[in-house]
Amino acid sequence: MIGLGHFLAVGAILFVLGVFGIFLNRKNVIVILMAIELILLAVNINLVAFSVFLGDMTGQAFAMFVLTVAAAEAAIGLAILVIYFRNRGTIAVDDINQMKG
Amino acid sequence: MYRDLLLVAPELFLTLASLVLLLWAAWGGDKAAKAISWVAVACLAAAAFLIPAETGADAVAFAGLVTSDLFAGFSRVLIYGAAAVALLAAAGWFGRAGDYKAEYPVLVIFSAIGMGLMVTASDLLTLYVGLEMQSLSAYVLASFQRSDARSAEAGLKYFVLGALASGLLLYGISLLYGFTGSTMFGDIATALGSPAEEGIEMGRLFGIVFVLAGLAFKVSAVPFHMWTPDVYEGAPTPVTAFFASAPKVAAMALLVRVAVEAMGPVADAWQQIIIFMALASTILGGVAAIGQRNIKRLLAYSSINNVGFALVGLAAGGQAGASSVLFYMTVYIVMTLGSFLVVLRMRDADGEPVESIASLSGLSRTRPGLAAAMAVFMLSLAGIPPLFGFWPKFVVFEAAVRADLVWLAAVAIATSVISAFYYIKIVKIMYFDESAPAFIKEREPIGAALILAAALAVSPLGYLAIPYLTPLTDAAAASLF
Repeated sequence: MIGLGHFLAVGAILFVLGVFGIFLNRKNVIVILMAIELILLAVNINLVAFSVFLGDMTGQAFAMFVLTVAAAEAAIGLAILVIYFRNRGTIAVDDINQMKG
Repeated sequence: MYRDLLLVAPELFLTLASLVLLLWAAWGGDKAAKAISWVAVACLAAAAFLIPAETGADAVAFAGLVTSDLFAGFSRVLIYGAAAVALLAAAGWFGRAGDYKAEYPVLVIFSAIGMGLMVTASDLLTLYVGLEMQSLSAYVLASFQRSDARSAEAGLKYFVLGALASGLLLYGISLLYGFTGSTMFGDIATALGSPAEEGIEMGRLFGIVFVLAGLAFKVSAVPFHMWTPDVYEGAPTPVTAFFASAPKVAAMALLVRVAVEAMGPVADAWQQIIIFMALASTILGGVAAIGQRNIKRLLAYSSINNVGFALVGLAAGGQAGASSVLFYMTVYIVMTLGSFLVVLRMRDADGEPVESIASLSGLSRTRPGLAAAMAVFMLSLAGIPPLFGFWPKFVVFEAAVRADLVWLAAVAIATSVISAFYYIKIVKIMYFDESAPAFIKEREPIGAALILAAALAVSPLGYLAIPYLTPLTDAAAASLF
């Protein structure tokens, strides 16, 4: 029988993968965007699982809001990435170092 | 239903206004940018008059999703004021380069709507939507100078780290929801106050930690501050001025409300976290700024330092603590906006913006008025007594001492002495160093008037405002409890 704990474990694993994807990735900013999506989907798994096990609809409504915001966030992230690429001609993470101190 | 709509009247009005302005921007093009900015400032002023002054149960709207009480009202006045000042300053700064776009005022208003939702939120869902609305507009604003590589990089960094912070916050929200069974602040507090099994207690604790981490990022408290110096340096200066003022107030007010209303019964748990963040922010903000050569970077560390002091007030807890945070933020935004207004005037003979601290050398001889204003802001940020910047620090420390956190107040005072070093260094550079090439002289009546008003407000004249300001912050804080 699959219980709440299993869902939470999957959510936690995806969340950790997403966080590590942001910090350990040194290649490409697009991968960071994918990692962010992973984090948000981990949260959605949590919300929906809790919603079902609590018998409360709020969590599922929340998940819809998260999906919507995630779409807006991806759009803005890609737009910023495009203007960054136009200026610098690269989207390698190691090259994002104009400002330091 | 009609009453509910009245309680969010400022947000409704600003939403309608921003959509109309967006259409105007689409048809009018960038020629209309100046006019749109003025109308946007007028809309922010009008929205401030629509803020309801309800208290208690009368202030709750939409079945508990929104609480438009005095606390929210006070914060919204600060937010709209700071946004309006940032807008007025922007038109003059961008205008010269000819890259002022009509979307700028619209984005600032979108952001102000988000901030209004943040401070009125009494449900995790409203909190999240408000926060994202503010952040998404802010990412675009940070990368507003599209042809400037630094601005694009600032936007990219802000976006990636901001999205990570939203992710942490959301994960915390999902845990809090799951282990307390509700997203309403009041119900969460009730659930947190009642004992539960060990596993559930653990889940709740994780939820609290993640939510606080996400919010700490938005107020740029250490250890979630790493984006601040880069974004402040890279973003166009008027945008930096905006970031340092209005969103700080909104995020701080949100943090206070979440801590008090949703996590009140487990104050022991969050108080330790807040104390750690307060200590780390004041120390890092004081020490790391010393070696900076860029004035915007220095002010970024100064903002981290100041957020630390405000967190000292929150750590003190109780009504006095919440009131001191509001008081601190009120004076802080005047000081920080004033400093940035001076930075906006820093342009070399060709009209290009300069940001190095060295370019301020000998400013007292070339531009005595500007140097005097900057000296007032710097000494006030340092908290030197005759200036008004001393009083909010005093209020915060008093709240901490009353709450038996004498050691925290003592450490914060020590870091305030350290940070005084770099503020006073700027005054020394302006008054005693060899003159650097003079800044270009331009007639900019609005900017000059705003600088004068801010300088007068943080001068010793500011003490005259205490009898009016203190009852307001007290009443606002009282509406939380």
